[in-house]
Amino acid sequence: MNWKRKDILGLQNLSAEEIRLILDTAVPMKEILGRAIKKVPTLRGRTVVTLFYEPSTRTRTSFELAAKYLSADSVNLSTSTSSVVKGETLKDTARTLAAMGADVVVLRHPMAGAPNLLARTIPAAVINAGDGAHEHPTQALLDMFTVREKMGELAGLNVAIIGDILHSRVARSNIWGFTKMGARVRICGPATMIPPEIEAMGVQVCTRMEEALDGADVVMMLRIQLERQQQGLFPSIREYARLFGLNRKRLALARPGALVMHPGPMNRGVEISPEVADGVNSVINEQVTNGVAVRMALLYLLGGGGMPDA
Amino acid sequence: MHKLLLKGGRVVDPQAGEIFAADILIVEGRIAAIGPGLEAGECAVMDVAGKLVAPGLIDMHVHFREPGFEAKETIASGSRAAARGGFTAVACMPNTDPVADNRAVITYIKNRAEEAGLVKVYPIAALTRGSRGEELTEMADLKEAGAVALSDDGHPVASAAVMRRAMQYARMVGLPVISHCEEPTLSAGGVMHEGYMSTVLGLPGIPAAAEEIMVARDIILSEYTGCPLHIAHVSTSGSVRLIREAKARGVPVTAEVTPHHFTLTDRAVADYNTSTKVNPPLRTEEDVAALKEALADGTIDVIATDHAPHTLEEKDVEYQLAPFGLVGLETALGLVWTELVIPGVLSPVEAIRKLTVNPARILGLKEGVLKVGADADITIIDPELTEVVDPATFASKGRNTPFSGRRLQGLPVATIVKGRVVYNRDLAVIA
Repeated sequence: MNWKRKDILGLQNLSAEEIRLILDTAVPMKEILGRAIKKVPTLRGRTVVTLFYEPSTRTRTSFELAAKYLSADSVNLSTSTSSVVKGETLKDTARTLAAMGADVVVLRHPMAGAPNLLARTIPAAVINAGDGAHEHPTQALLDMFTVREKMGELAGLNVAIIGDILHSRVARSNIWGFTKMGARVRICGPATMIPPEIEAMGVQVCTRMEEALDGADVVMMLRIQLERQQQGLFPSIREYARLFGLNRKRLALARPGALVMHPGPMNRGVEISPEVADGVNSVINEQVTNGVAVRMALLYLLGGGGMPDA
Repeated sequence: MHKLLLKGGRVVDPQAGEIFAADILIVEGRIAAIGPGLEAGECAVMDVAGKLVAPGLIDMHVHFREPGFEAKETIASGSRAAARGGFTAVACMPNTDPVADNRAVITYIKNRAEEAGLVKVYPIAALTRGSRGEELTEMADLKEAGAVALSDDGHPVASAAVMRRAMQYARMVGLPVISHCEEPTLSAGGVMHEGYMSTVLGLPGIPAAAEEIMVARDIILSEYTGCPLHIAHVSTSGSVRLIREAKARGVPVTAEVTPHHFTLTDRAVADYNTSTKVNPPLRTEEDVAALKEALADGTIDVIATDHAPHTLEEKDVEYQLAPFGLVGLETALGLVWTELVIPGVLSPVEAIRKLTVNPARILGLKEGVLKVGADADITIIDPELTEVVDPATFASKGRNTPFSGRRLQGLPVATIVKGRVVYNRDLAVIA
């Protein structure tokens, strides 16, 4: 199939074919990453702007490296949230970038729907690098790429996503992505962090971790933000770790060889024990590498470059 | 002597509950005669054949933003929007700057409305000073100055003790209390209905319980104090149930619903269009069905718009940053006809009753009826006329409507206030 979309705003509206195309395109990109000289001329002369209204060294660096490996010019613009409220609007900032000739704008924003607003405003391609509690499509794509690489197929797998589902854009994008590809998804977390009517997204909801882990092929742990305790969403870190932390004993409930994933950064000893984070099942570091490959694939598809020099 | 004859129309009498063919003669701003085949000698004649001639519509819930937020709307621009929407009278909420919590602001609003000279504008005064939910306003003085009701509208009174005192005092003074029911700790931070759509969109939700808890509280206080309570913009099936039960028990409670709440669901938020951001939020299909049922069985007395204009710049931002509110005056009648009358939820008479007699009764106004001797406040409706909503044509300064591009049927074609035509959509007047 041919790529037709201008933007990547989320996985909710992508078809299984489109997701497959992105994952397939990431395969030769990953091969480039394995070379001694990691640079191809694919996007020479194209400009990628990363516009981050929320700090995220990891995602921003991943996009910037992806752009550089494809020979695009990349510029980073980091803005604090307060400036959104006080000063220039997102639309004005975006129009300025478009007027300066940006071909692709990668947006990270604390508010859901901000990339949709941007995509409606400017002719440049917009990639959602995480918007509020809405979606984080590139994270989910790199997660799916990693699982596919290890397991061969996504269809039929049991995926458990555990933690703060309510605030997690990673969880939402992964739910759309994995269910579209034929996997079964279970979510688990404190009852206060399970958003209403999420079953209608096609997932099974568990509040006991043992239930979520039973027979899981993939265990995806989410980062718990410690300030949620102040908001009264759970009573203590201690109790959270006791009920929803992944340790070796609990991991034994999953299938042998189950993959352990985490979008990072981790609270070691809270949602995941160090022995599991660094254990044989963990693919956490590979997720990071694959993130660059998947983002190269997206920039390639959206940036309108030539075929990669494979 | 100024005379106008409305000839050949069908008169809607919401009091008697009937529609009959009759002409109406207006002399010096008052209705002089209603009857078939009126002859008036030398007189301007408006041919209203095929049209419905209704009492002037009353919108008991608008925000005209003046004083303080004139970039959003003024009393003059709001009055033009009301006239264009078929409304001859409106009641405006006190959340201006300064808040309408004293005689000076009430008087100012009345004077500005007089200067605009289009529709009747009845101010609603604040229930508590600055709408801060702490001290009571000088309700007797406010009533004397012209306030027709009391409400802190967008700032619901959080303290049950303050609300109780306010209702006791309001009852003594003889003003109804209008309550925007929202439990603030449950709604805090929310921007849309809490449910499947908020989960998918990742937007913070406002649960139905936030409204229902306050509806329950205020009904209990109304029952306890005997103060007439009007519940603004009911949006959930749970609220409907509570109001229905309270009415059956004889609690002096009335309620209103907005056209957007009986037309749209939270699915309209799907593309983050900030014109769908309203408070209370757009709810679910089940809630919409309950609202329609409540309109039909009389649990909901009034249709009001909660007309809330904002500037383009304020709404053209991220969903969470945008202010709540949409403009409603110029789409209200078309939505009532298209969504309620044509599908048979309400008869034309029942629909008109909820836009005239009922709000007038709740606010203690003499308007809302067609009878000899009354002010000639009249709305002429073409039930067959259709139009696609185009916000660019609005008389309101606000363009924030989620109905842009929607085809509506059943529209106002002329609005007459005290015998003067303040809006006329090309109806021929033969002098």
